[in-house]
Amino acid sequence: MNPRETILSRIREALASPRAGATKSPPAQPIGSQAAAGFKGPTLATALSWRATGADGFKDRLELFQKNAIELRADFHLINSLDELKTRVKRLKASEGWNRVASHGGELTQAACAALDVPLLWTDRGYAAADLEACDAAITECDALIAQTGSVLVTSRTAGGRALSVLPPHHVVIARREQLLPDLTAAFELLKTKFAPDYPGFISLITGPSRTGDIERILVLGAHGPKKLTILCV
Amino acid sequence: MSAAKIFLKQSGEVTRDLRQRELVHAAMGKYGAARTQAESRFQDWEAARVAAADIKDDAIHHLDRYLGEFANKLEARGTKVHWAGSGADAREIILKIARARKARSIIKSKAMTCEEIHLNTALEEAGFRVIESDLGEFIVQLRREPAFHIVFPAMHLTRRDIGELFARELGCAPAENPEELTMIARRVLRKEYMAADIGITGANFAIAETGMVSITENEGNARLTAALPPVMITVLGIEKILPRLEDLALFLPLLAGAGTGQALTCYNSLYGGPRQPGESDGPEEFHVVLLDNHRTSLLADIEQREALRCIRCGACLNACPVFRNIGGPAYGTTYSGPIGSVITPHLRGLQDWKHLSSASSLCGACTATCPVHIDLHHHLLRNRRNAVTQNPGFLERQAFRLFAFVVNRPALYSLATKVARALQPLHRRIQGTLIDPARPWTQSRELQPIAPQTFKEWWRQRT
Repeated sequence: MNPRETILSRIREALASPRAGATKSPPAQPIGSQAAAGFKGPTLATALSWRATGADGFKDRLELFQKNAIELRADFHLINSLDELKTRVKRLKASEGWNRVASHGGELTQAACAALDVPLLWTDRGYAAADLEACDAAITECDALIAQTGSVLVTSRTAGGRALSVLPPHHVVIARREQLLPDLTAAFELLKTKFAPDYPGFISLITGPSRTGDIERILVLGAHGPKKLTILCV
Repeated sequence: MSAAKIFLKQSGEVTRDLRQRELVHAAMGKYGAARTQAESRFQDWEAARVAAADIKDDAIHHLDRYLGEFANKLEARGTKVHWAGSGADAREIILKIARARKARSIIKSKAMTCEEIHLNTALEEAGFRVIESDLGEFIVQLRREPAFHIVFPAMHLTRRDIGELFARELGCAPAENPEELTMIARRVLRKEYMAADIGITGANFAIAETGMVSITENEGNARLTAALPPVMITVLGIEKILPRLEDLALFLPLLAGAGTGQALTCYNSLYGGPRQPGESDGPEEFHVVLLDNHRTSLLADIEQREALRCIRCGACLNACPVFRNIGGPAYGTTYSGPIGSVITPHLRGLQDWKHLSSASSLCGACTATCPVHIDLHHHLLRNRRNAVTQNPGFLERQAFRLFAFVVNRPALYSLATKVARALQPLHRRIQGTLIDPARPWTQSRELQPIAPQTFKEWWRQRT
């Protein structure tokens, strides 16, 4: 038997002929025993709506997302035109003194990068990790924003790969208003309708800039990933 | 020395370390406040726990089917799935990959399964350089000691301890500010990600429906470990399965809330394969190592298999009055705290590890806090019962026989209390000393004085 079959048959055996401890006392009833009988109760729905979602409309979602972004120490700006986007990005570049910026091909990223007068690294067709590491900022698009948690949903296919959104010290996300979803359930639904069965190799929910509390439980931003996360919603 | 003796010795030492106790209690206080807030974010925390337990039970009761689906989907996208029956099998699989790639340097993100199979030692003995990238793990690796806590590895250290450690081990200027210290680690580890030949990660969930591993973290170190090196290896226990992608909509906030008190951790990433056609980066090879290592024997125990629901959030450790005072290393196990006491006897032998189930007041705080409703403190009792049934202690049996003999004979019992009352002042003189037969109890506690009068004597006086 190959190792796969060995383990699977061990599992089948354990499920088919269980033993109860070392004694003959009757087995305890597992608490969540509905599962074995094909659980589809209402509790799951209640449990999934675990937090206010702003499902009522764009304005609610926006308000909730903004509130979460503040809590997470991410910067969020609602942008009204492509011109305003360009101005925003230019201002960021000037205030932080960007010398090199990385991005990927996309309508919004290209528009934003065109306004920047700095050397650009495009990750689309492969790149050297050292070059990306030398960049001061990364500008990416995303798959969705999630109001419930203040998260940004990215995939390797829509945000320039796996490293672009985590290696440079400042991650700037450009999203469209219609990408603002109410909650996590909607985000996973979106992934299914958009990609199934051909999913990207990498999917991530980014919730605020990188952080750690490993030293005396004191919050420090920029542990290994970006120290800053800016979300621009066009 | 037996595991039980080491446990007694070490826990005794740690309990007397007041500085450490203060540090740990302060950290737990911060966790407690955040955790309460996290629970209040849920419209119905209890419903979430029950739903999570049900989903996990479904996964566990159909583990063969879901695991098969998970592996098939992963393989379809070019991932190599390995099945490791034991820790030794898993080590052999990983060493083989490292040798085939002629690797030198390996970067790791936090993985309890790797601790469980003692992977670092095996890799280092085979000549590979292994670097832990999670800040807390990096700190304890520099100190060459085990993690204090499965979620907060360095919670027993002050910023000053860490500053001195970095100055000594990394040769950097002394620093004491948590931010500065974090930036030092960031700079050092950046180079390691770039230079590493292999990245090894653990996983929090395995999605059967889509064939993906889900990794939860805050720092971004796991994302870098998974993105930059040309080879990625993920080691996970077979019980990590979740049936559907959307189950994460419940489990990600549940894990964050129970683990750190956050609404959601910073990065929750799904990996479904190596670099795919048309993608700009990612590893050339992606290996997933599925680890059994006695999990199937826990699965066969119908009373205790629900312990396989565990999502390793660490909440029961934080709630446990024993853990809070003795810390993780004293347990001498990979998984410490209540859940460690419950599952270690299954993973490493009941008779050698039964003492952990006795080191509990059975207060039930662990059961109350568990986000997947594992009946932890009753499992501690079941372990005790199983241990005694399997191997009844001769002295203990005689002692109880004697006790039964005395209490079943009122005259004898009455005589015994009189003798004890008379002797107690004498006992006071030796209380807590080496010749005290009750020393394990009295070395740090007072014995209650025996009442001057029994109830019967008092009643007789009144009538």
